[in-house]
Amino acid sequence: MIRPLIALVLTLCLALPASANPALEAVIADNLDQIQKPSRKTVEPLVAEIAATGPEGLALLSAWAGRALGVTDDGRLLIVDGDSARDAVTGAAVPDADPKMLRPNSGVRSVIESALVAGEISSPDPARRAAALASIARDGTAGHLAALRAAPPEADPALAAQRERATNLLAIRFDPDPAARVAAIEGMAGDVGLDFRAALNPLLAVTRVASPTEPKANIARELTIGGDFPREAAIALLTANGTLQPRLTPADQRNALAANIVDGAVAGIPVAELDDPAARDRAYEALEAAGAVPPAATDAEAEAALAANRFFETYAEADRAVTDAARAAQTRAQVRLAAMTGIDLGLDALSLASIYFLAAIGLAITFGVMRVINMAHGEFIMMGAYTGYVTQTLIANRTLSLVVALPLAFAVTFAAGVLLYRLVIRHLANRPLETLLATFGVSIALQQLAKNIFGTQARPLTAPAWLEGSITVNDVISISSIRVAIFVLALLFLGLFLFIMKRTRLGLEVRAVTQNPGMSASMGINPDRIAMMTFGLGSGIAGIAGVAIGLFAQVTSELGQQYIVQSFMTVVVGGVGNIWGTLAGAALIGGLSKVIEFFNPSNTLAAQTFMILFIVIFIQFRPRGIIPQRGRAAEA
Amino acid sequence: MTRKPFILRNPSILIVLAVLALFTVAVTALSAAYGTGAIPTSMVKVLGKTLCLALAAVAMDLVWGYLGILSLGQMAFFALGGYMIGQWLMYARTEAIVAASMAGNPIPPTPQELQEGVANQIFGVVGSADLPLVWSFAHSLPLQLILVVAVPGLLALVFGWLAFRSRVNGVYLSILTQAMTLALALWLFQNDSGFRGNNGLSGLQNIPGLDGIDQATLSVWFLWASAAALGLAYVLAAWVVSGKFGSVIRAIRDDETRVRFLGYPVEGFKLAVFTLAAMLTAVAGALYYPQAGIINPAELMPIASIYLAVWVAIGGRGRLYGAIIGAVVVSLLSSWFTGGRAPAIHLPGYTVNWVDWWQVALGLGFVLVTLFAPKGIAGLFDRLSPPRRVPAPEPQAKEAQA
Repeated sequence: MIRPLIALVLTLCLALPASANPALEAVIADNLDQIQKPSRKTVEPLVAEIAATGPEGLALLSAWAGRALGVTDDGRLLIVDGDSARDAVTGAAVPDADPKMLRPNSGVRSVIESALVAGEISSPDPARRAAALASIARDGTAGHLAALRAAPPEADPALAAQRERATNLLAIRFDPDPAARVAAIEGMAGDVGLDFRAALNPLLAVTRVASPTEPKANIARELTIGGDFPREAAIALLTANGTLQPRLTPADQRNALAANIVDGAVAGIPVAELDDPAARDRAYEALEAAGAVPPAATDAEAEAALAANRFFETYAEADRAVTDAARAAQTRAQVRLAAMTGIDLGLDALSLASIYFLAAIGLAITFGVMRVINMAHGEFIMMGAYTGYVTQTLIANRTLSLVVALPLAFAVTFAAGVLLYRLVIRHLANRPLETLLATFGVSIALQQLAKNIFGTQARPLTAPAWLEGSITVNDVISISSIRVAIFVLALLFLGLFLFIMKRTRLGLEVRAVTQNPGMSASMGINPDRIAMMTFGLGSGIAGIAGVAIGLFAQVTSELGQQYIVQSFMTVVVGGVGNIWGTLAGAALIGGLSKVIEFFNPSNTLAAQTFMILFIVIFIQFRPRGIIPQRGRAAEA
Repeated sequence: MTRKPFILRNPSILIVLAVLALFTVAVTALSAAYGTGAIPTSMVKVLGKTLCLALAAVAMDLVWGYLGILSLGQMAFFALGGYMIGQWLMYARTEAIVAASMAGNPIPPTPQELQEGVANQIFGVVGSADLPLVWSFAHSLPLQLILVVAVPGLLALVFGWLAFRSRVNGVYLSILTQAMTLALALWLFQNDSGFRGNNGLSGLQNIPGLDGIDQATLSVWFLWASAAALGLAYVLAAWVVSGKFGSVIRAIRDDETRVRFLGYPVEGFKLAVFTLAAMLTAVAGALYYPQAGIINPAELMPIASIYLAVWVAIGGRGRLYGAIIGAVVVSLLSSWFTGGRAPAIHLPGYTVNWVDWWQVALGLGFVLVTLFAPKGIAGLFDRLSPPRRVPAPEPQAKEAQA
């Protein structure tokens, strides 16, 4: 409805100082009769006259349309606002007024509203013009269309574009001339705005009809039974339009039979035999022949009716040209929409891939160097997230706490990783399966420990204000800022990691140990130290990933578990010992999960199932991942 | 020289069977149904379930301790066995209930109406009223019994074939098996998977056709069945790992490549043992869940399978009785400590509640076992028993490297 606009006008007008308006007073005096009993046909000049008297006139009109106008016994008009009332002409408050409220009908109200909008959109104040346009965009009527077209040219280019758009949208819906509507549709074809699509939808709405001949309507298409138009739907249509008697449901049949039991038998057939559908049919037919039950359509009747009728989808919109143009515009919009959805999906996949990358990179390098899988890796992620949470409870400033939390999480999990390496993993050298199990023991201990310390309820890790919200390109493409930040973080770590591996002594030694531990040991590299450092580094990155994940997920003791399997998959798919492999694996897993999710949005569980199935099959073709490790270590 | 039958060569078989028989007789004599009632029915059920877990652990030991595959998806087979028997239990019972309620109708129900009623009763909770295709055989006990071993066996066969032929092994294979059970769990969690989603199958403790028999008696029967299954499986497993076949699979565990070079079809051996273990595990599951009464997809989550590996490791892998010891000791300890009956330890300033700290202790204890007692509890027996006088016919397999 037009309420917001009226409220706006009211507020603006109320703000004006109360002053007499002789012109308005004169108009009211001359036309009091018509104001009290307006008629749709004749009210228009009067409304125009009132509107021309200035702000008081407009205020009166909006009150009138909003059914807030009353007339006193002595012929004064009062604007009633809740319990208070004031004189429509002078603006003076009238205490203890008991006016008779005016209740114009909807036709009159629409005339008034159009006049109001016309006044507003030609207002000299750009803010009021913008508000009027916004109001029209929300709730346009045919009256607005005329007003928009009659309005003087708009000077502000942004508002002009808005007005043009609003006019077109209204023209699509309300213009009496089909040619103008087609022109409006074609003018906007290719637009993917929600408003445009919403304007097209009613034009393309169809109803299904059954008829022996082609109906005189705008036919969208003729339906053939099968596919998206099942036989049951056709029969339902025929039943609905009275062509076919309702078919008998088994429950109806049973009830009808039960109602006609005579001496333990229905139509001569003993009740005990009625556990057979054929016997029930026979009994019902016998009853039908005797006239005891209403006749029901048989299969043959249904078949005949189906053969005798044709089925059509007809548009509610009568004009063929309009629907054709709308259909074409919708197709174009859908194509562009699909492209944009694809881009949006790509962005989602990218952000998911960054998360998997951050979570898996530590796992991949430790696996590459030591051939061990750290089952406690997920718990290091959790540890990082809890570090972020604790930091946030200590430092109130969100931005500062995040800046502190990232290196702190790295330090905490780096230390935990080094500790785990020194205490457990180095003692299990060359026993990868036992390492896997031992780190699993650490994992369940850490998980329970976290539960004991922080409780089972989820702890919030709140992002700073500048990371909240999302970057929106249009109605379709948008991505939350946190995910962009995580993407940037992943890029940063990719860069940092590449730098360490390619440009530092440590990286050189790590690569040497990865390729051939024995040979590098004989070259003076201490594999034990290198393994410890890589383990610490991998764990540290897990901690950072934990802070990042905690920003958008709930921090619980099971946080790591939710990401660990995906991280394993990333490593398995990507191949070990090579950061590009991890990147490729993360991109593949992230992209694929999003694509599967897109095709089956209601069922994320199925998406994960398919994902894992895909990986099992993928391993058939690339058993050592996308980028396999080469060299002697690979044969181990 | 004629060799003694494998049962005599391996004294552990007779010992295990004797202990099992003694245990069963003792529990029966103390049960409420057949004896003094010193052991409550719930405890009889716990013991029966523990025997099933021990059976699963024996199968796990076959795969891990003897074949060298750390399968982290064994509980998938266990739960699948449970689901298969659960289908019949639930269907048959619901059918009886629905038939009883429909008997009051003026018109006797048609078979189709009966089935619709059953489907409505079972699947109403997930908003469906149709019997899914996977329930096609649920009306028949013999068919479902076949499915108990056939479905997990087939899954193991297909999965194993895919994995072994592409030479996935070691840690990779462990992760893949984990992924398998996770995928299955996630699939079962869906409401439209045909297995009632998150609700799982319930009321399995009521055996259709045995309505007049109380739970106390049933629990003892299931204990007998579980003990018999465990005994048979133990003999079967011991037979499999003895003789030439056993030597080959241990050789595969110790150095797969060499066995392949010697001309053995490594994949075939692995597939055979993997599938056999899956079927044994499924039988264990089929006996377990009627005692547990309910099964839901959470039972398939990877953590359950990892626990199974933990039991076997603590008990001592590469020894079938070690698996039994591990499963029995750790699972009973776990339920005692997490059941809230273990006395809390009062330290100055803090009270250690075992409900909260058992997991921590278990995890750390497990790390310690891996580090300091890689042979597990069963390794202690080796120290107690005198060194063997007669060298074994085959060279003793060296301790597992992988």
